[in-house]
Amino acid sequence: MSLKLVFLGRLEDAAGVAEREVPFAPALRDVLAGLDSELSEALSGARIKLAVNGKLVAGHDLPMLADGDELAFLPPVSGG
Amino acid sequence: MSWRSCPPSVAVEMADVRLLSAPFDPAGEIAAFTKAHPQAGGIASFIGQVRASADDSAVELLELRHYDPLTLPAMQALAQETLRRWALEGLLIVHRSGQMAAGDPIVLVAAASRHRREAFAAADYAMDKLKSQSWFWKRERTGGEWRWIEPRTEDFDDLARWG
Repeated sequence: MSLKLVFLGRLEDAAGVAEREVPFAPALRDVLAGLDSELSEALSGARIKLAVNGKLVAGHDLPMLADGDELAFLPPVSGG
Repeated sequence: MSWRSCPPSVAVEMADVRLLSAPFDPAGEIAAFTKAHPQAGGIASFIGQVRASADDSAVELLELRHYDPLTLPAMQALAQETLRRWALEGLLIVHRSGQMAAGDPIVLVAAASRHRREAFAAADYAMDKLKSQSWFWKRERTGGEWRWIEPRTEDFDDLARWG
């Protein structure tokens, strides 16, 4: 039972990797609690958006996680 | 016949949207796009390229990252939104991902329309949205150091023009 975390942009530097697997937890707060506090804080920033399995989720509408889910943490974008 | 009277499936074909991991030739793309839309009276295009310097330091490399599940689908949605907003004959959006050097093209937007206003406005709109709302993350290497680039406040001001 595991989850895949994906770190985009500057969050990749904070995590030290672009993606990693972590033990499964049903709620996001438990996933974050399992990370080191500096990374957990970076991922919890007000400007960080979250996608679960490629779909954006609104801040107050977090789904219960399932085994194998992919969570992508998305800092402010800068394209063009 | 304007695009408004076309069924949705036709509107989809009017947009050519690509996310590329290898270099592309903007002049060749614009030539092909122009040829594909003989009914258009005007083509407006914008090319974004890697600038040679940032804060007085030479840019050694620029890297754009994207996230597969979001980036191309959102570019396609932006194209459809642009087609709904203006009467276009065609729309081209090409965006690079990966590493680029100074002078390399990053993005190309071209809009074809019967009359010029729609083409100018549509290209302008699509670029503002690409800059501030598309799923790309950009970093520059200057003096051997990588630095992530956050959106500028001007990018959000630009976006606010469109309501």
